Amino acid sequence: MTSVVDTDSTAATESTGGSAGASRPRHPQRPVWEEPPGRVAQGLKGATLAVVILVVLGPLWVVLATSLSDEQTITEAGGLVIIPDGITFDAYWRVLSGGVVTRAVLVSVGVTAVGTAISMFASVLCAYGLSRSGSFGHRTILFTLLFTMLFQAGMIPTYLLVDSLGMRDTYWALILPTAISAFNILVLRAFFMNVAPEMIESARIDGASELRILVQIVLPVSKAVIAVITLFYAVGYWSSWFNAMLYLDHADKWPLQLVLRSYVLQQQSLPSSGATSGIDAMGQVPSLAIQMAVMIIAVVPVLIVYPFVQRHFTKGMLTGAIKG
Amino acid sequence: MSLDVRSRPDESASQRPRRARRRTGGGRRETRGGTTWRTRLRRDRPLILMTLPCLAILLIFNYVPILGNVIAFQNYSPYAGGILGSEFVGFYNFQRIFSDPRFWEVVLNTLAISFFQLVFFFPIPIALALLLNSILSPKVRTVVQSVVYLPHFFSWVLVVTIFQQMLGGAGLIAQHLRDHGIEGFDLMTDPALFKVLVTAQVVWKDAGWGIIVFLAALSSVNQGLYEAAAIDGAGRWRRMWHITLPALRPVIALLLVLRLGDVLTVGFEQILLQRDAVGAGASEVLDTYVWYVGIQNGDFSYAAAAGLVKGVISLGMVLLANKAAHALGEQGVYRK
Repeated sequence: MTSVVDTDSTAATESTGGSAGASRPRHPQRPVWEEPPGRVAQGLKGATLAVVILVVLGPLWVVLATSLSDEQTITEAGGLVIIPDGITFDAYWRVLSGGVVTRAVLVSVGVTAVGTAISMFASVLCAYGLSRSGSFGHRTILFTLLFTMLFQAGMIPTYLLVDSLGMRDTYWALILPTAISAFNILVLRAFFMNVAPEMIESARIDGASELRILVQIVLPVSKAVIAVITLFYAVGYWSSWFNAMLYLDHADKWPLQLVLRSYVLQQQSLPSSGATSGIDAMGQVPSLAIQMAVMIIAVVPVLIVYPFVQRHFTKGMLTGAIKG
Repeated sequence: MSLDVRSRPDESASQRPRRARRRTGGGRRETRGGTTWRTRLRRDRPLILMTLPCLAILLIFNYVPILGNVIAFQNYSPYAGGILGSEFVGFYNFQRIFSDPRFWEVVLNTLAISFFQLVFFFPIPIALALLLNSILSPKVRTVVQSVVYLPHFFSWVLVVTIFQQMLGGAGLIAQHLRDHGIEGFDLMTDPALFKVLVTAQVVWKDAGWGIIVFLAALSSVNQGLYEAAAIDGAGRWRRMWHITLPALRPVIALLLVLRLGDVLTVGFEQILLQRDAVGAGASEVLDTYVWYVGIQNGDFSYAAAAGLVKGVISLGMVLLANKAAHALGEQGVYRK
């Protein structure tokens, strides 16, 4: 921690011509009036942050290391592996070469893609439709939206409705009941409201339709919030397991989270039926490496998308937090 | 505008010609904001049409189920005619709930977990945000932020599985303790530790994400205040007490209001995942109870009534907490 601060300040000292004190250089970001912290305080801060990062990343590392280890290394370690001895992708090949997990991954990807598309379509349109204050009926519609945040209908009536609509055992049951998040729409709306009104007004005078204004003027300047909200919706679909458990009657329709729950968390044995290759053929509790590989497969999509969206969080959330 | 509202006796009889006149010479009126609802509707029709897909989903999947709560007042059976055919029993199901000792145990357990989390989770993001805010290097701040936000985007299945792999009977810690001859370490199945366990999971998953609003509030503080205070001789801690904390107060108030509204809601997916391992005694909360009684045991009316009680109380709590926030001079969730 302190080392990072020091490197930063030396870099700055070089650029400003070495004006800082010799023994303990002043941090370039520190205002002149602020007293520099003591070494103990600085050390404590660094230690706290190091512990926080270790607690978050440590378990992920152990899971990853175990999933990449062969049976022998796992046996020698007596279970989870902290330092891998050689890397093998064996577990991943076995899991992804057809069978329960492969199917579940495809289901999850499909539900997430279709669900996110539907959610974003409805949410962006709705948020833009509500973004002009003073438009006709916008208060009523806004209240209709907000009320769903304040009062939830409850699990039983929702379940009976989905059942009576004939959506049981279909993937629509995993998408439509949770397709709209009022919070996400409020964040989008807050962002859209900040788009320069003069631009929108002049486009309207030029005869552009509302849809065209949305697509050609508002959306291009709202990429940050669109990215963040898309991630929110996608993570919601990717992560949920309860609706799948509630509405899907057949295990061969299960999404990945439900597979993860059954075969890793609850340690059930994999079904041995079927001639498919991969882990179906085993008919026993999957090996630790395979369990860890399933966990990693469940995180990887998040890890792939996360770095691209992450830098937009503050901007996307800030407008929502302030105006919402 | 005032001309339209005030009805003069000589004009009230001749409304029709007046409206016609207004339409022809309406330009001046409209610029003064005196548009009728018809013109506003015509002007804003595209905007309203845009909200329709969303409204349709909300009406079907949020508002129809709200009406579906009538089964709480019925002796509902899917085989005896469904919602339309089932017999109405008034408040019978609510009497059953309120005289059911198990229901009250579950409510108490829910509240206990909720308050435990309020005490041990709520302050952590604030402390983390203050700590991170005091770090000057932007590089370090960005790295720490990216890392601590990450678990928020993991599923509950994954988080609980990770905890099981670390703290469970076959987990990393148990495995290393066994090497040193200590057997029987397992935090995942101990009912006495369940509150601590679920709170630890919530902290791991969401404490990092929680700092984002506080960091936003901190970044909007006028830096000149700090300088002025420092020149006036205020030390580090006094500056935090008199400048930083007041800046965070509206955010804290808002989050507390939201938390109070959710006091009967504690991580449904999270707890249901661990219900079997820990046992229903320590882990049953209102939502899992509704699931268990309704879906598992098929007593739909009782479960719907329990869910309705929860929904109404939650709504009341938000309104009440918001009122309290207004009374204390904070903004709360909505403005008056």
